[in-house]
Amino acid sequence: MSAIADRDAAPPAGLAAETRPAGGGPAGTPPGTASRPGRRRDRDPLGLRRALSDRLLPGLVAAMALLAALALGGARGAATLAARWQTGAAAAVLVQVPEPAAPAAPAEGAPAGGPPAARRLDAPPAARRLDGPPAARRLDAALAALRSIPSVSEARPMDDARMQALLRPWLGDAADLPLPGVIELRLDPDAALPEGADSLEARLAAVAPGALVESHGLWVARLGALARSLQAVSLAALLLVAGVAAAVVAVATRAGLIARREAIGVLHTLGATDGDIARRFARRVFALAGAGALMGAALAVPLLAGLAGLAAPLLGGAAGAGSGIGWAWAGLPWAELVALPPLAALIGWATAQLTVRRWLRRLP
Amino acid sequence: MVRFSEVGLRYGAPQRPLGARRGEAARQAGAATRPEVLRDLSFTLPAGSFTWLLGASGAGKSSLLRLMQLALRPTRGTVEVLGLDIGGARRWQLPHLRRRIGVVFQDFRLLPHLTAFDNVALPLRLAGRPEGQLRADVLEMLRWVGLDSRLHALPPEMSGGEQQRVAIARAVVTRPALLLADEPTGNLDAPQARRVLALVGEMNRLGTTVVVATHSQELVARQPAPALRLEGGRLVGDR
Repeated sequence: MSAIADRDAAPPAGLAAETRPAGGGPAGTPPGTASRPGRRRDRDPLGLRRALSDRLLPGLVAAMALLAALALGGARGAATLAARWQTGAAAAVLVQVPEPAAPAAPAEGAPAGGPPAARRLDAPPAARRLDGPPAARRLDAALAALRSIPSVSEARPMDDARMQALLRPWLGDAADLPLPGVIELRLDPDAALPEGADSLEARLAAVAPGALVESHGLWVARLGALARSLQAVSLAALLLVAGVAAAVVAVATRAGLIARREAIGVLHTLGATDGDIARRFARRVFALAGAGALMGAALAVPLLAGLAGLAAPLLGGAAGAGSGIGWAWAGLPWAELVALPPLAALIGWATAQLTVRRWLRRLP
Repeated sequence: MVRFSEVGLRYGAPQRPLGARRGEAARQAGAATRPEVLRDLSFTLPAGSFTWLLGASGAGKSSLLRLMQLALRPTRGTVEVLGLDIGGARRWQLPHLRRRIGVVFQDFRLLPHLTAFDNVALPLRLAGRPEGQLRADVLEMLRWVGLDSRLHALPPEMSGGEQQRVAIARAVVTRPALLLADEPTGNLDAPQARRVLALVGEMNRLGTTVVVATHSQELVARQPAPALRLEGGRLVGDR
């Protein structure tokens, strides 16, 4: 206490001179002695390390990132399923046309004039045999009727060799059995609601009575539509998670602002701009949100890989454990997962900037 | 220079955000419920002057200082500080001006988790001074207030007098054009108070406009200077 009284009151040279020569520090004080703790603490004059805890915010953001990653995985999975079902062999609709060679019933959709031979009434009723001539009339009429439906992208008759191969395990080489004509249909994957089996059968009944539509492919097409809806829902969930994450950051930032009200007031008085103060908060939130999202995304990887492994058989991957895991690993939405932490950090940064700047407007 | 003209202040009156000019009527309506803490203040402090700000507790000394340090805007009238009309200034113009104003608060308002060194360095860092340049100034300032052995002490570890001296060092380290002090010797014993007063006087001699609020007649007697006397929010004696 007395030390101060003993000194004379001459002000430091720094007050009198506008510029100081380099190295003009007081004698006996080696330059740099005070720099180390100063530099370390300078980054946090607001005490944000405590005001914005490194537990709560990263934890919440990690949970959000985990949800976001699951939504991403869901969207990716639904997209893969939809693509697989709609383009693969499972997407085909099979139509059976009995007595394919019989003359077609007259119908509007049928071509105007068939070949003259087709009008003969003496054609054998079950003319089609595996080694017989190619099916005519009813099959052709059914084909034409199916091709005129907009949601049908492709309709082609199954050829005899393939039919034979398919039936051999059950029937052997029974070449004399009368077989129905089979048409393989592919439905337009972009058609919102493919036609039902009943309506297809009704259309066919006019030209080929007794035609059966095997509806497996229709169900697949409907599942495809469902998968697309799931994809949309996943993306909506993703947006919602981003919104909630921003709200969480805003609440945490406001709590930090209130906890450091006094210190912010001091900085404000000393001439800190809103940008100065907002930058300190935003930098801290950027790091916390980024770290949290990194944890969440890392946590999501094994979870998503497990789910993808379960889905592998549905998607045409091998069901075996070893190859299934490898397949699932490759099927993860890696780009999106990698983008999650920087995106979360950016959302946090922007939210903190906005929150702090809005709050600071109350100060003159 | 500080110029007040017909200045009135009410707390609770809406402060104009971002320098936007709200309707006069709206401001009057919001403020009408509370009495004015400052009324009809008109005075001019020339550049380089030393002025005492006197008055009993509650007379409005602190409010007047808050107007001068740009922590408040006047409810009516014109306040001009260092050439800028505070009532009409844009909000973004104020931080730069605040850096030219040094303030010693009655309650110090040091940042509790920063060392003495970092508290004093803070205004220089906010002004964007490079670390290498500010170190010498900060060390010299702390040495001069007699705290060169307490560089790394945190405010809670320091006595009231030590904190007071850190607050003074922080206020003058930027060589402000205007120095405002609210009871700067309130926590100091007589020798320390004398020394602080000598510092403030020296700042004034170097060209800084100084305003010191106090209710210590002893202090005023030691350094005769013009005084603003407040009573009930009004100026009762000028010079």
